[in-house]
Amino acid sequence: MREVAVVSFAQAPNVRRDSDRNEVEILMPVLHEVRQKVGLDRSDIDFVVHGSTDFQAGMPFSFVAALDAYGAWPPINESHVEMDGAWALYEAWVKIQTGEVDTALVFAYGKGSPGDLPDVMRLQLDPYLLYPLGVDPVGLAALQARAFLDSTDHTEADMAAVAVRDRKNGTSNPCAQVVGDFTVEELLSEPPFVAPLRRHDCPPISDGASAVILAADGRARDLVPSPAWIRGIDHRIEAAPLGNRDLTVSASTRIAAEKAGASGDFDIAELHAPFTHQSIILEEVLGIDSSTASVNPSGGALCANPLMVAGLTRVGEAAQRILDGAAGRALAHATSGACLQQNLVCVLEGDG
Amino acid sequence: MTEHSFTAPHVIAYDYTRSLGPVLSHFVTGLRDGKVKGMRTSTGKVFVPPTEFDPDTYEDLGPDSLVDVADSGVVTSWAWVSDPRPYHPFDRPFAWALVRLDGADTPLVHAVDAGSAEAISTGMRVRARWASERSGSILDIECFEPEGAQ
Amino acid sequence: MSEGATEDLVTGIVVPVSIQYDYTAGEAASRFLAHIPEKRLVGQRHGDTGLVYVPPRGSDPADGEPTEQDVELGDKGIITTFCVVNVPFAGQAVECPYVCAQVLLDGADIPFQALIQEADVEAIHAGMRIEAVWVDDDDLAPTLESIRYFRPTGEPDADPASYKDHM
Repeated sequence: MREVAVVSFAQAPNVRRDSDRNEVEILMPVLHEVRQKVGLDRSDIDFVVHGSTDFQAGMPFSFVAALDAYGAWPPINESHVEMDGAWALYEAWVKIQTGEVDTALVFAYGKGSPGDLPDVMRLQLDPYLLYPLGVDPVGLAALQARAFLDSTDHTEADMAAVAVRDRKNGTSNPCAQVVGDFTVEELLSEPPFVAPLRRHDCPPISDGASAVILAADGRARDLVPSPAWIRGIDHRIEAAPLGNRDLTVSASTRIAAEKAGASGDFDIAELHAPFTHQSIILEEVLGIDSSTASVNPSGGALCANPLMVAGLTRVGEAAQRILDGAAGRALAHATSGACLQQNLVCVLEGDG
Repeated sequence: MTEHSFTAPHVIAYDYTRSLGPVLSHFVTGLRDGKVKGMRTSTGKVFVPPTEFDPDTYEDLGPDSLVDVADSGVVTSWAWVSDPRPYHPFDRPFAWALVRLDGADTPLVHAVDAGSAEAISTGMRVRARWASERSGSILDIECFEPEGAQ
Repeated sequence: MSEGATEDLVTGIVVPVSIQYDYTAGEAASRFLAHIPEKRLVGQRHGDTGLVYVPPRGSDPADGEPTEQDVELGDKGIITTFCVVNVPFAGQAVECPYVCAQVLLDGADIPFQALIQEADVEAIHAGMRIEAVWVDDDDLAPTLESIRYFRPTGEPDADPASYKDHM
């Protein structure tokens, strides 16, 4: 296996509605910044891959138009996934493993504001029996939360504590969107939203974009003093029908973590948990010791959750702390689909 | 430079015509006829909605393995929608629920018209309220309602 | 299955989907659209030597650099290539046959698609000079619908060498 590292990360400020800029204009400064941080020209990038969904933009083939933000002349070696950008990162990692390329730029964009996002996200559900019913991902997450509360000792206060932790962490992240100092008591006094979920249990709707650069072996060492090496990465998927899986554990995360070698101690963990109860499910299945690991130091998906972006941002936020020398070993997680259907786990380490 | 970006409304609308395939055709036809069908797999487990393959052996499963299940059962999880959205099945508060029908081993997602959040709980019994006109759709079950309700 | 005759089987469903968006044109397209009610077509480029794009989308799609410089283009140009539409389709606004052309405005480096009218379909050809026909002044608005169509000017054709790199 080739050693592959994250050498650069950049993101756009997450906002509820960027009413001035289209997707290309949001992306352009991010794609410039991520290259400038390591002094790479476009000609130094061997492969470009990104994640997005046309349904969110409301434009067929919007992913092709998005390349205008990077530039595709002379023609470039390029790919796209209709997935969170974390899965684009996985493709880039595989591409580097083939030996065909040494560097890759991975990006993701998601502008949730033009459409009614829960309505748009219904299109990811079973089109025969779920879409016609009118159920949306928030409703399905609430069903998962109830099953979780019914079958464990956890309470709504435990869920609120996740929101308190993440949104407090988010106050030190200039790109975070919904942040603040709250108490569990304050949050529990809010009325239910889709019970048992309250609004604080749910992610904000965000406009955002992020990008990372991967480099192999010596190339990574030439670019930065402390590359964030990808020591393990894996993703797994579960059956789509909710009734066919146990919603209160995350079997796919458990297997992905085993395959990625995600055991032992971590300095930080960046978890893509759009809903508070999902964070508890993930922390338990990943065996994260919150007394030694800082969970979601960026604030996580509860502070900003641009669709197709937030998972890649978790990898970027985790890697950035290794690049900065603030962490030696980090775990990053990304999710996709309703109720944690698909999960990616990535283990990052510094040289130390 | 303009002060603000122009914005414009934009509607994307189309009808997807979908083939149901060998298993869901029978499930949906059953709903039209007022019956719920499940798929019995090699382990004897009954999946509702029916699965098209055996999750244990990965063998294809066909209509011969379909069995009738009851149109009433137990709520295994529920979520209360106090502020329905335009695409929801009710314009008044209602519940989403996972309902495990008698004779089935897996729950299906549907709506429960319970009136209030206090009137629904995990483990309670519900039964299908069939639509008066049925065409072959998951909406042929209008919703579930607490057993004993009128 | 003994019950339910096979010919009676429901084999398909129709699932209507409708999503409403509030689309943001963005800074560059808004700058372009703001000039349309003045009957001005203003392209954009990156740097003094960059290519001129119209309608602009905010970036030079060749290298991903922002197109910050406005370039006044006028409303005349040439046809680089075209097709004659003979097949009617749902929602068609123009009577067949009609011509759909790639129009390269004078000073621009990229053509865009436009309708050609007031011309014999048989006479349309590459290199033909054309001009915009605008809607009445009262109907001008920040939309490309303010241009009804393009029509031939009668000027001499452009030299093919002048547009061979803009096909």
